[in-house]
Amino acid sequence: MGLSTEMNAKISNFSGNLIEFRNVSFHINDIPRREVISGVTLAVPAGDAVVLLGRSGSGKTTLLRLINAMLLPSRGEVLVQGRATLEWDPIRLRRGIGYVIQEAGLFPHFTVGENVALVPSLEKWDRERTEARVGELLRLVGLEPGEFAGRRPRELSGGQRQRVGVARALAADPPILLMDEPFGALDPVTRAELQREFRALAERLGKTIVFVTHDLREALLLASRIVLLEAGRIVAVAPPQEFLRLEHPEVRAFAASLETGPGVPA
Amino acid sequence: MSAGLGAWSFFMEHRAEILGATLEHVELVLISMVIAMFIAVPLGMFVVQRPALRAISIGVANVFQTIPSLALFGFLIPIPFIGGIGKRTAIVALVLYALLPILRNTYVGLSGIDPAVLEAAEAMGMTPSQVLFRVRFPLALAVILAGIRTATIITIGIATIAAAIGAGGLGTFIFRGVALVSDSLILAGAIPAALLALFADFLLGLLERRLRVA
Repeated sequence: MGLSTEMNAKISNFSGNLIEFRNVSFHINDIPRREVISGVTLAVPAGDAVVLLGRSGSGKTTLLRLINAMLLPSRGEVLVQGRATLEWDPIRLRRGIGYVIQEAGLFPHFTVGENVALVPSLEKWDRERTEARVGELLRLVGLEPGEFAGRRPRELSGGQRQRVGVARALAADPPILLMDEPFGALDPVTRAELQREFRALAERLGKTIVFVTHDLREALLLASRIVLLEAGRIVAVAPPQEFLRLEHPEVRAFAASLETGPGVPA
Repeated sequence: MSAGLGAWSFFMEHRAEILGATLEHVELVLISMVIAMFIAVPLGMFVVQRPALRAISIGVANVFQTIPSLALFGFLIPIPFIGGIGKRTAIVALVLYALLPILRNTYVGLSGIDPAVLEAAEAMGMTPSQVLFRVRFPLALAVILAGIRTATIITIGIATIAAAIGAGGLGTFIFRGVALVSDSLILAGAIPAALLALFADFLLGLLERRLRVA
């Protein structure tokens, strides 16, 4: 019985915003003139699926890393469950937040099962409970535990690795899921497959998701709200069905990429 | 041909003596390597995220490496406690030589981990020491072992010079052979030393391959 249960207990009677940015700025070291994030205010209620959309260098990943205290704001504050990330013990905060990155970042010296069991093992779950959970999660992401649990990450395809990455992030049943271009390195066919499956999974699990991408199509598919970033500022926030109608030039630029991009939008 | 036969009969006549010197040699190398590992591996782990200390420690280890071995043995003799004639001084010198390859490989191995893996480890809520011991160290093990392998082979060679300060080992034959202009004596030291180095290289190479992940 660890942190995640405790966090979930908090969540169920947590009425406010699960994640909240209050006028947050971030600059590297002590160079205030080069702000990566400038005056961002954003509230993410429980169950929301926010997609941070923007070009490379627009500050999407920085914003994501401010949520789990991998970075701390230079000005303003980021609240998770009503508490500033500065006040959280970063280790406890992170164990309650799932994290999926491009190329998955699986531990090559662990088996698939051990990778998925990482947070449970850090939280000192007993063996039975961990094994049951690993089996459950692998099935959830479409991998047969008997076939895959004992394999090493290098024996998997890119898509399979990313499935394991999602299973690992979900292991301790965290209320929040952060995803940094998780499907960015996959071939288009596998990517579309994983996007569809992930959308179904996300709807079923009811997690609060913050998802980073530079792919408008992906944003339209997965978001309940799209947050568009440009040079460290939020320039547009809209649900997907309204997003394309916005007049902001950066929205138009992304919309144009959709028209000239390969294939037909899903 | 006759020189070869001469050396062979010399070997057979003195096999007990050669075996004894070989064991003495192995002992010198083993003790030195164990000490060097216990210094260099933890030191490498300690300095990996401290750039200033890393530069200093690798610099110092580098300096030891540049001192000619015979000179280093000589320098150590007059130093109280660690110096003097015999095994102890030799071991100190051998440890100093072995430090650099192990320290450098420990550092390189620990710092060469895939950034995505480290990011995931941190984001999953691993503490810095968990990241070090559960992720960095196991992934760096093969590279660290490669450093230990290099150091072992260097040490087997340099340990022959330890005979100059009375530490025994296979160098005893070589120095006697040089003094008496006897090829047989030199070979009686050089051949077992070379075989020892090859054997250690093979054994540690095997281990290294088994440890290599990904």
